[in-house]
This record gives sequence, structure tokens and C-alpha cells, in this order.
Amino acid sequence: MTSTLEIRDLHVTVESDGADKEILTGVTLTIRAGETHAVMGPNGSGKSTLAYAIAGHPKYTVTSGAITLDGEDVLAMSVDERARAGVFLAMQYPVEVPGVSVSNFLRSSATAVRGEAPKLRLWVKEQKEAMARLEMDPAFSERSVNEGFSGGEKKRHEILQLELLRPRFAVLDETDSGLDVDALRVVSEGINRVRESGETGVLLITHYTRILNYIKPDFVHVFVRGKIAESGTADLADELEANGYAKYGVEALAPAGGRSLPTGPVLPGVVSPA
Amino acid sequence: MASALSTEREALKATGGVMDGAIATNVKPSTPRSPADVRPERIRSADPDVFGVPTGREEEWRFTPLARLRPLLDGAVSDARLEVTSTLPDGVELVGVPTAEVDVPLPVDRLAALALQRCGSSLVLRVPKGLELDEPVVVRLAGTGPGHVVWGHVVVELAEQSRATVVLEHVGSASYAAVVSVLVGDGAALQLVQVQNWADDTLHAAHVASRLGRDATLRSTQVTLGGSLVRVTETVDFTAPGGDVELRGVSFADDGQHLEHRLLVDHSVPHCRSRVTYKSALQGEQAHTVWIGDVLIRAAAEGTDTYELNRNLLLTPEARADSVPNLEIETGEIAGAGHASATGRFDDEQLFYLMARGIPADAARRMVVRGFFAEVVESIGVPDLEERLMATIETELERAFT
Repeated sequence: MTSTLEIRDLHVTVESDGADKEILTGVTLTIRAGETHAVMGPNGSGKSTLAYAIAGHPKYTVTSGAITLDGEDVLAMSVDERARAGVFLAMQYPVEVPGVSVSNFLRSSATAVRGEAPKLRLWVKEQKEAMARLEMDPAFSERSVNEGFSGGEKKRHEILQLELLRPRFAVLDETDSGLDVDALRVVSEGINRVRESGETGVLLITHYTRILNYIKPDFVHVFVRGKIAESGTADLADELEANGYAKYGVEALAPAGGRSLPTGPVLPGVVSPA
Repeated sequence: MASALSTEREALKATGGVMDGAIATNVKPSTPRSPADVRPERIRSADPDVFGVPTGREEEWRFTPLARLRPLLDGAVSDARLEVTSTLPDGVELVGVPTAEVDVPLPVDRLAALALQRCGSSLVLRVPKGLELDEPVVVRLAGTGPGHVVWGHVVVELAEQSRATVVLEHVGSASYAAVVSVLVGDGAALQLVQVQNWADDTLHAAHVASRLGRDATLRSTQVTLGGSLVRVTETVDFTAPGGDVELRGVSFADDGQHLEHRLLVDHSVPHCRSRVTYKSALQGEQAHTVWIGDVLIRAAAEGTDTYELNRNLLLTPEARADSVPNLEIETGEIAGAGHASATGRFDDEQLFYLMARGIPADAARRMVVRGFFAEVVESIGVPDLEERLMATIETELERAFT
């Protein structure tokens, strides 16, 4: 049976200054194992909120709608249960965990997700090879998780976890942001290795089209004001690259390599003029 | 003022006490301090009555739950003992000696004075002159029940130019007040580890009183995990230049535990070095840790180099960590002096990150605390010892987070 992650009419609020603000206003999306869906949209459209809501971050409250994984209620699961059920989130801003070494962290994660501790000798080899593929210095494994890592190192570390944990569904939250061309290539190759297995569904959240030169999505969704405004094939990304989001009533897409910064507070569904 | 102080000091000497640490009028403390941080006098005496019975209003008792400590404060005469087992490398002596016959630093508070007065005999560990040990000396003190008050005195004595690692382990159940006198001779080097791994009902009050000779080195590590109330005061007296001390500690306070570590490093002679690194992690409703770091640099202690650091990690919001660093400097001719203290919470974002990788919340907390402590333990520099201590800590954390 092909695994399916199904998101139905998802509404999510986040608490801000004591008031609940609705960020997601009805997201419906179905992803099957082996498929890659790109979600693109302007700043503040709610893309990251979707990522966190799937992973179960406590700051985000699902007010209505459903997420199921092969029919199982994901929303009823705790954060760690979701991960063990096969949901993975590569974070835009990976968290520093001082005092916990990368090797300890990776092995603990693999043990949790696989349900048993990997045999030490095999594991050491597996980790070493995965790090080599991502062109990571072996010395990384003795450093504290994400502590003092550069932006590119953090993202490689996220994709390292993706490769080692082999989730059924991976949400990649702006994994491409802040990467130079070299790092983008290495990271994209890592993602493609996981895609090629055909066993992982990928939700690729991005602000740019440039990562789509490396990773060809099966579907592209335009995210505007907390929901999907339009869905299409990879061609839709080319159209966005050419015309921006003007037709959706928001700012132009930032040129490749750059990113327009909001000039004021980012409100859900409200984007400052470029 | 000086003459009034010296008169008072003379008067105290006559009664067997010494008043220490009078603050000179030109002191420029490195940080602003509250009145509570100022300790104008420090009494050291063998006579319990010099200290009086604590009421809880005294600076040195204000954090301690005195009601819980009552069985010891009452000072009942008792000949109960802890059971002693030991692993002694060749050449090391462990003997009972009448307490009156050993010359040790003076007690720092009433309980320490009572312990010396009431214990009758002292357990003396001697490493002879020039002996260098590779194997650790292990002395295990086991309590057989909290019902009886136990007064104790342990002496760890390294003769000149000797080198040893000594592990003093406390286990079982007891109401135990003790002095641990640590005498490090000229050019000697002691790696001392004390583990408080008591049962939940234990009361333990200790004065670890170190005295260092010329060019002596002391590495002291306190690992405090078990016990209802543990209060350890560690004092360091330098008697000659070249002394080098590192005091480390990790404590883990669970619901209902009060774990208190008070340090007084007295730089009274020139060119000595001290480093203090203490970390505690806490969880639960009535978990409380206290860390007091007093460093005194007297006018004569030119060339002193000192730094102290305290870090506390609150795993749950109700736990409470008190931290009072205090540096008193009476001379400007020093190599360095500083302190840092910070209390942080286990971050929700850290927890989310670890859980998002499938690691359950309890295991995630355990990982973070283990990492937090490992930084201190791994600075000991003796791999076997580090492994043993981390295994002990691991067992405690397994118990706490399940």
C-alpha cells in the first residue's frame, strides 16, 4: 500500500500578544509516498505554520480540520509519536542543543524512529557514509547539536537526519534559504537520494524557485493568505518565476537569490509592498 | 576600624576562634551587591557554642530548611557510625585516630564543630610522602538508617610530593554531620571526588575543609544526586604560594530535595590559582538548589588568579535555584578575578526539536541534563573516573525521568 498524508481543511491559529490569530485558513492537500510537492508563497503566507502544524509544535493550535497518515489521526499524536509514525520536519532554523553531541543525537533519533538501537558498528559506518555524501567533516559528530554551526552546516545536518531516518513524509521548511550554490547542490542531492527510493513523500516549502532547478516537483502549490490559491505541475513554478504573485493580489516574487524583506510587522495574509 | 577588628580577633583567638575576612574600606567589588551578599566576618572555631544555634536569619543559614535539619541541629550525643568499605592501593593507610590528635582546619559552622566534638575518632586516609598512585583510592560510607544521628570526621592526607585519586562515596540512609579535612602537602596533587548518592530520607551536612601547602594541587568534584537535604560547605585555605585548586560540582535536585553547596576560597597568600565550576539541574515542585560562591582575595594575596562559574538548569517552572557569587578583593595586584552565574530553563524549542526526531520528552530531558553535566565531569581529565561518574549520573537520571 502506498502511504498517504492527507490534510483536510486545516485551520491553525497562533497566539500573538495574548490574542489568537488565524494563520491557516483551510488547507487541503494530499501527498503520496514518492511524490514531491512544492509549496511556494510570499512571506507571511503561512507556509512555515503549515510545516510546524504537521510536526505538532505546541505554539500552533489546530482549530479545525484533519491530518491523517494512512488514515491514522496525526493530530492526536504527540510530537515524538508523529516522528515515530514517519513524519519528519527539516527546520528552517534548527535549534542548538548545547551538551548533546551530534553522534549521540543521531543515534538516539535512529533508535527512537526505528524502534531498536542500530548495531553500533553498522551504525558508525552508516553515519560516516551519510556524512561523507553530504560533504560533512567527520569531526562534526563530536560537536554539540547545531551549536556554532554555520547556516549551511545546519541545513546539511538536517538533511543528514533525513537520510538516516528515512521518514515516510518529509516536510522541508525553506531548507534552501541561506545556502550558497555549492551547499544548495549538496543538500539537493541529499533530498534527491531520499526521493529516489520512492518511499518518501516530500513537501518542499520554499520562497525561491532556484531549488527547483535541482529538485523537480511533481506538483506546485501557490500558498496565499493561509491556503492554497492554485495548484499545478512544475510549469506553475516557471510561471511564478516570470510573473510573481501579482495575479494573487500580492507582491512580486523576489528575484532568485534575493529576498524582499517586509518593511513592517508581518501579519497573516498581509504583505508589505515590495 | 582596623584596631577594633584586631582587638576582636584577639578576643576570639582567646576562645579558640578566629575571625576571618574583615572587609577593608577600599574594597572595589567587581559586581554590585545586595546587603545579603556582604559577609563582614567569618568565624572559624572548634567550639560549637561560638556559632550559636542557627535561627534561619543568619546569612549562612538563610536558604537551608532548618526544620528538616533539626535532628542534627539538636546535637544529640551518638556513637552511631557509617559502615566503611574501601579499596586501598598498596602504601595507602586507612586508620582510626582519636580526633584530638589530628591537626585540621577549624570548622566553619556549628554542625561542623559539633561533628568534630562528637565523633570521637577520625577516619584518616594517608598517602605517604612521594607515593604516586595510578589506581584510585575508594572509600565508601554507607548509612544504615536515618534514625540515628551520625557524627563523623574523615581526613584525607597527602604527604608532600605524593599524588592520588580519592573517591569518597556516600550511600544508604543516614542523618549525618561530618567534617572532611583535606590536607594536601607541599607539591602534592589530589584528585578528590565525593559522591552524594544517598537514599531519599537522608540528611547530610558536611564541611569539606581543605588546606594546601606550597605548590599543592587540588581537584575536587562534588556529585550530589541523592538525599532529602544535603548541605556541603567547602573551604579552601592556601598556606603558601603556588597552590592550585579546581572545585567542580554537579547536582541534580528532584522533587522535594534541597541540595546546597557553599564554597569559600580564601586567597590569603600570593600566587595561588582557583577555579570553581558548579552546575545544577532541577525538576519538580519542591526541588531546590543553592550555590554560594565566596572568593576572598586578601591584601597579601598578590598575583591571585580566580574565576568561578555557576550554571543552573530548571527543567520545570516550580523548581528553584539560588545562586550567589561573591568576590571580595582587597588588593589590586592580581592576575585575574571574575565570576559568572546564570539560571536557564530547558527551552521548549530544544524539547520540540528532540521530540520531532522521535525522542520522547523524558528521554529528551535526560539527554539534555546528561550533556549539561558531562561538560563538568569530562573536565576531570581521568577517563575511568569520568565514565564511572557518568554511569552513576545516568542511573539517577533514568530513575528521575521515567
